[in-house]
Amino acid sequence: MAYDKFNTLKCSAVPLPIENVDTDQIIPARFLKATERVGFGDNLFRDWRYNQDNSPKNEFPLNDSKYTGSILVGGKNFGSGSSREHAAWAVYDYGFRCVVSSFFADIFRNNCLNVGVLPVQVSAEFLKKIFTAIENNSQSQLIVDLQSQTISIEGTEYSENFDINSYKKENMLNGFDDIDFLMNIKDQIGEFAKKTPL
Amino acid sequence: MNNTLFDKVWDSHVVHQITGGPDVLFIDRHLVHEVTSPVAFLGLKNRGVKVMSPERTFATADHNTPTINQHLPVADPLSAKQLKALEENAAAHGISYWGLGHEKNGIVHVVGPEYGITQPGATIVCGDSHTSTHGAFGAIAFGIGTSEVEMVLSTQCIMQPKPKTMRITVDGKLSKGVTPKDVALFIISQLSTSGATGYFVEYAGEVFKSFSMEGRMTVCNLSIEMGARGGIIAPDEKTFEYIKDREFTPKGKAWDKAMNYWSTLETDSDATFDKEYIFEGSTIEPMITYGTNPGMGMGISGGIPKAESLDGGVATYKKSLDYMGYKEGDSMIGKKIDFVFLGSCTNGRIEDFRAFTEIIEGRKKADHVTAWLVPGSHKVLKAIKDEGLLGILETAGFELREPGCSACLAMNDDKVPSGKYAVSTSNRNFEGRQGPGSRTLLASPTVAAAAAVMGVVTDPRTLI
Repeated sequence: MAYDKFNTLKCSAVPLPIENVDTDQIIPARFLKATERVGFGDNLFRDWRYNQDNSPKNEFPLNDSKYTGSILVGGKNFGSGSSREHAAWAVYDYGFRCVVSSFFADIFRNNCLNVGVLPVQVSAEFLKKIFTAIENNSQSQLIVDLQSQTISIEGTEYSENFDINSYKKENMLNGFDDIDFLMNIKDQIGEFAKKTPL
Repeated sequence: MNNTLFDKVWDSHVVHQITGGPDVLFIDRHLVHEVTSPVAFLGLKNRGVKVMSPERTFATADHNTPTINQHLPVADPLSAKQLKALEENAAAHGISYWGLGHEKNGIVHVVGPEYGITQPGATIVCGDSHTSTHGAFGAIAFGIGTSEVEMVLSTQCIMQPKPKTMRITVDGKLSKGVTPKDVALFIISQLSTSGATGYFVEYAGEVFKSFSMEGRMTVCNLSIEMGARGGIIAPDEKTFEYIKDREFTPKGKAWDKAMNYWSTLETDSDATFDKEYIFEGSTIEPMITYGTNPGMGMGISGGIPKAESLDGGVATYKKSLDYMGYKEGDSMIGKKIDFVFLGSCTNGRIEDFRAFTEIIEGRKKADHVTAWLVPGSHKVLKAIKDEGLLGILETAGFELREPGCSACLAMNDDKVPSGKYAVSTSNRNFEGRQGPGSRTLLASPTVAAAAAVMGVVTDPRTLI
């Protein structure tokens, strides 16, 4: 489905300085029983966010009121494991529009791009600078500019470029999705299918 | 010619190239299950689009199904609704559906090869990361998200940047008690859980050649656990022998024509890869994991690595060991375990049940161990009975459950309780993967069998 346009984002961020955050942590399998894409944000990081009696774990960043904003900053190799797009849905539904890490797992990165969450991969050094800035001031503002492909920490000289392929960039800037594109070349696909044996 | 096997299959499926963007890749086979498809079908409905190629689409129920009393209505209302949704969507779009109770039902990556849906040179996708399994046949197979499931349903294509290529060669001979699962866990422990991210891996060398198709599937299945998009093994006589005369493989002249193409599916001798690793098979031990990602594996006779031996990530490492209740330097041998899970798309095939049975034959299940033995499909279940394995298992105190993904991801009731230890032949030992608070030790069916009868982590070589 088409999603919101993404241009620039300037806000504080929620830090999650843990490496190898897998999609089973982002959304545990027992919450994948829905047949519609609604309400996944409630169970984002369910088992890190809540005790087994459903009381919140106060030390978890999402439960700490000093952290706000629609950018999630995670440790290296964010989103490994299962292909469940529900993980990207949960991130989006909770209110995040951008995830920053020094390394993303492939499928999670694709899923994010397909649901309108911008994955921003930065260097390990820059990631450390972001974590430090948030540690010093939880309301440190990050500025993500998709057009110029830059991410910066406001009030500092720290800024870095990030990669995104030009096709996906246009999609995000305009809120298009891949199916719009594919439907437009369906005749070409049909011809290809005809000469491809079952 | 200097193409890799991967290049050959990929390039022959590119419908359209976008400068600076992804390729539009044609998909030959689309496997569908109940968990990652309902929102995609809903998307089709909202766009007013029908499935483009129902004959290339196959649906089975596996992730969210009970493994006992499958003849009864599914008790959990949400699960029942999800299963019903797939059944209705399949019917509405003319897709073959192997639901609960169907003789062909089973785990999507087990039944695909069993019925010849999986073929060399094909592109295969499924909304499941372990779709990499099918690469064992020389196919390009990888997991996709639900938006991409919707793309394939509506246009039989997907948009993907072409991954880089990696070759992992394992030469030499494996020692006693070392199985395909151990080779895969060893490779992941060397490369880490993100070491192959961005790559498509070809497995080459004597060790993979010597594996059965089941063993090759286990290896390709686990490619995703080091971050790879998929794994691929060049098809050979074993491959062709396996797929011949299966329901969906070509017959007669069509078979001959297909064979002409399939026999070209190998990496050219002068092809280069973006990255290469070479390992020696004889150095690999039976493996077991001690942490909370599949890269945290070790030879079973060793000690848990110390944090200072790591390259960064110490806080995450300590968090992981805390979760497991283990200490740096601990030996894994002798650690008490509570559950054993034999099954999943990684190790739920007949060969895995044979390996498990070989160890437990003439022994008894340890009293305190709960064992879940879950065949990957009805076909596997039937083979277990036909080969006489069931009697041996029962004599040793084991029961067999009905097919499904089961405790691998614990979407159904097969959940390991909080704090308990499970030796599992599945693919992920993430926190809570097998149930909230569960602690998973990944291992081969052979290691799992040794743990099941001894009640503690045991070097299976002492029982062979």
